[in-house]
Amino acid sequence: MNPLPHIPALRLGKPYVSLDTRAVTPLGSDEPLVEMSIVNAGVIKRDAKRFGEAREILRGYSSDELLAICAKAGELFMKAELPFGDTTQTADQYIDNLSQTSGLPHTLVRANMAKVHEVFVEMPIILKGLTRGIDLKVLDAGFGEQDGVPVSYFPTTKSLGVVLPSNSPGVNSLWMPAIALKIPVILKPGSEEPFTPYRVIQAFIAAGAPPEAFGFYPTDHEGSNAVTDVCDRSIIFGGQATVEKHAGNPRVEVHGPGWSKVLIGEDKIDNWKDYLDVLVKSVAANSGRSCINASSIVVPRHGREIAEALAERLAEIKPLPRDDKNAQLSGMANPAMAAWATEQIDDGLTTPGAEDVTSTKRGGAPRVAEVAGITYALPTVIRCDSWDHPLANREYMFPFVSVTEMPQAEMLDKIGQSLVVTAITEDTGFITDLLCSPLIQRLNLGPMPTSVAKWDQPHEGNLFEFLYHRRAIQRATA
Amino acid sequence: MTANATAPQESAIAEAAQRLDEHAVEIVRWHFSDDTGCPFWLEWKEKHADFDPLTDVTCFADVARLFPHFQDDWLRYEQPERWVPQPFKGRPYCVFETGGTTGMPKQRIGWDDYKIDYEQFSDTLDDDAFPRGGNWLMVGPTGPRRLRLAIEHLANYRGSSCMFIDLDPRWVKKLIGTQQFDQAKAYMTHAVDQAVMIMKHRKISALFTTPKLLEALAERVSIPNAGIKGCFVGGTTMTPQYVRFLIEEVLENKAKLVPTYGNTLMGLAAHKPLTPEDNYSITYYAPQPRAVLRVVNPDQTDQLVDYDEWGRVELTTLTKELFLPRFLERDEVIRRRPCKQFAWDGVGDVRPFGAQKKNIVEGVY
Repeated sequence: MNPLPHIPALRLGKPYVSLDTRAVTPLGSDEPLVEMSIVNAGVIKRDAKRFGEAREILRGYSSDELLAICAKAGELFMKAELPFGDTTQTADQYIDNLSQTSGLPHTLVRANMAKVHEVFVEMPIILKGLTRGIDLKVLDAGFGEQDGVPVSYFPTTKSLGVVLPSNSPGVNSLWMPAIALKIPVILKPGSEEPFTPYRVIQAFIAAGAPPEAFGFYPTDHEGSNAVTDVCDRSIIFGGQATVEKHAGNPRVEVHGPGWSKVLIGEDKIDNWKDYLDVLVKSVAANSGRSCINASSIVVPRHGREIAEALAERLAEIKPLPRDDKNAQLSGMANPAMAAWATEQIDDGLTTPGAEDVTSTKRGGAPRVAEVAGITYALPTVIRCDSWDHPLANREYMFPFVSVTEMPQAEMLDKIGQSLVVTAITEDTGFITDLLCSPLIQRLNLGPMPTSVAKWDQPHEGNLFEFLYHRRAIQRATA
Repeated sequence: MTANATAPQESAIAEAAQRLDEHAVEIVRWHFSDDTGCPFWLEWKEKHADFDPLTDVTCFADVARLFPHFQDDWLRYEQPERWVPQPFKGRPYCVFETGGTTGMPKQRIGWDDYKIDYEQFSDTLDDDAFPRGGNWLMVGPTGPRRLRLAIEHLANYRGSSCMFIDLDPRWVKKLIGTQQFDQAKAYMTHAVDQAVMIMKHRKISALFTTPKLLEALAERVSIPNAGIKGCFVGGTTMTPQYVRFLIEEVLENKAKLVPTYGNTLMGLAAHKPLTPEDNYSITYYAPQPRAVLRVVNPDQTDQLVDYDEWGRVELTTLTKELFLPRFLERDEVIRRRPCKQFAWDGVGDVRPFGAQKKNIVEGVY
């Protein structure tokens, strides 16, 4: 029997094989697919002494050079056979590995791949969006001019720490611009998803990026804390408790629940059938795993009919073999998570004023299904009588949405924080109110799914503003 | 090096077993004879024993077979004087504590055991790594622990003096247990600050500390560049990866790492010097015949597990000051074979009992 492929840690680019390892195992199987090195927190702390050197090496590259590297890396990421620990990995192997261990069908892995590729190749536009169009030579020199005004930016950190989740490979697109912004990355991959960050790093390096700019540290809880301790800027992912724990901490940006929503205005609600595709995509794109998936739909009327029609469509999304080209639903890497979610929903349904509309469409079959040894949480639509119902503003890692009626005039006062709001309306007064709301981070105006993200429109924190601060600068005239 | 080169001769194993048998009989007779026993064991013999320790114990296996597990509550709730053997009567004793994060700590009384244990242990230390006459620094739990006197005695026995930085592990465990991580970190930094200060202003050649404190110290100073030649560490779990990290990075492959496993009740188990074949997995050997470690099936503690299997640690301490039969430690280990240096069973990869099933608060101790 061949030994398992081993994914080492990367200590500022240098592979390090730890004596502690963890197997990554496909869903529904006991046979590990790969093993990865697990490093102790001390390794990260010791390497932190050299983050300054890594930053200096990356700073030695011009922005133009780094953008060219990004473009080339995008192609390599999609097509090349790249280093994979002590062996290599083709793009098809990557798709298959990730699909087996994450539960994502090939279709969704490819969609995420395309997203990562887009970030690589669209980096100039992304940086333009993040920096509001400054000439990147300002970053090369540390100062310059924008619209005739002298500007100077300094980095807030020598490294960006990222504690990655396992749920969706697309999250890697968040840190990738840091390399183009000349800030080394210190990544802690999710315990079940080392594949994407490792492949992205290898693509960067193969395209000419300095290896020293990449730390890849599979580690334990203590190690995750070490990442946020030693990096002056970090991105982490978590629930509301994590968001609250780090509230007001300028060193840590938490990507918490999205609570993304679709609102339909009074002026458009009678045409709701025209927007059914937008609703379906908002809820079910990427198998509902993203924080930009809609978890609530708020309408002034027709709530029952919308919920029925949406449930009809979503109930058609069924578990399919992971290489089926029509597969849209992801298996749950952690079956306990599916059980927990469905228990929570059932518990919520004991409060009067809500019904699981999809349940009747499925003939009362359970919300959690096991197919070929893999656990799936099936798309779920809950119609709520009131926004006060406990299920009206919930978010889960599968296609889950509530539909609630509410007068348009009350919507913005009641719906709370939202990462994305798609507002289907042409009512200028309503649009003005939406534009003024401090609770919406990305506003999609018109019938556009919440899951559509344009790269020049950063949401949930601006990476450039996180990694750089502007300083006042004045030079004496000669 | 082959496995055979590290294995002891059969005759050495037999000799060690015979020595243990003789010692076990001698110690049991001491503790259960009216003129030498302590009030606790003499009373236990009268009220609870269904055998006669004076005649029925003819070897160590009889101790393991006949005695029940020693209960830690006996050390909590019996008064210390109940453990004084007759010949020690009238001689003031030291009281050493273990545990005590919540509730009454376990107390062990003693006179010379810690000196004997640490003098024997001294013979296993390398003079280059722990130079005779060089200063020692202990950064770790002092207070009511045996360790504080023991380390000082070890240093003195080697012609050295020892300086101390205290750290109260009970407080650290309480902080961690109540999620006050910032406070725990601040306390650890406080200890490290003091240690760095001493290392900066005094010539220190040997260090005793816990692995976590050693790691924290090395984040502030280069241990070998600070003049440290040997580090004697013990206290918490050290996985092979962690041992490798300490040797290669914290001690920069220059200062020598001497890991130990021990506690107030046992004394000090020495480690088998690492070979490449060990792959940084440490095996400890009890100071037999004064203490015996067995690796037992946690669900059936009268049975040993096989070699290379995980099991729970059972300690039997056999000295004239303390008889402690079959005490179940809160550690699990891999049972290892005798080696050339130690001709009896060893315990490998020590970790808290149940570590695979739950998070254990170890803190910095």
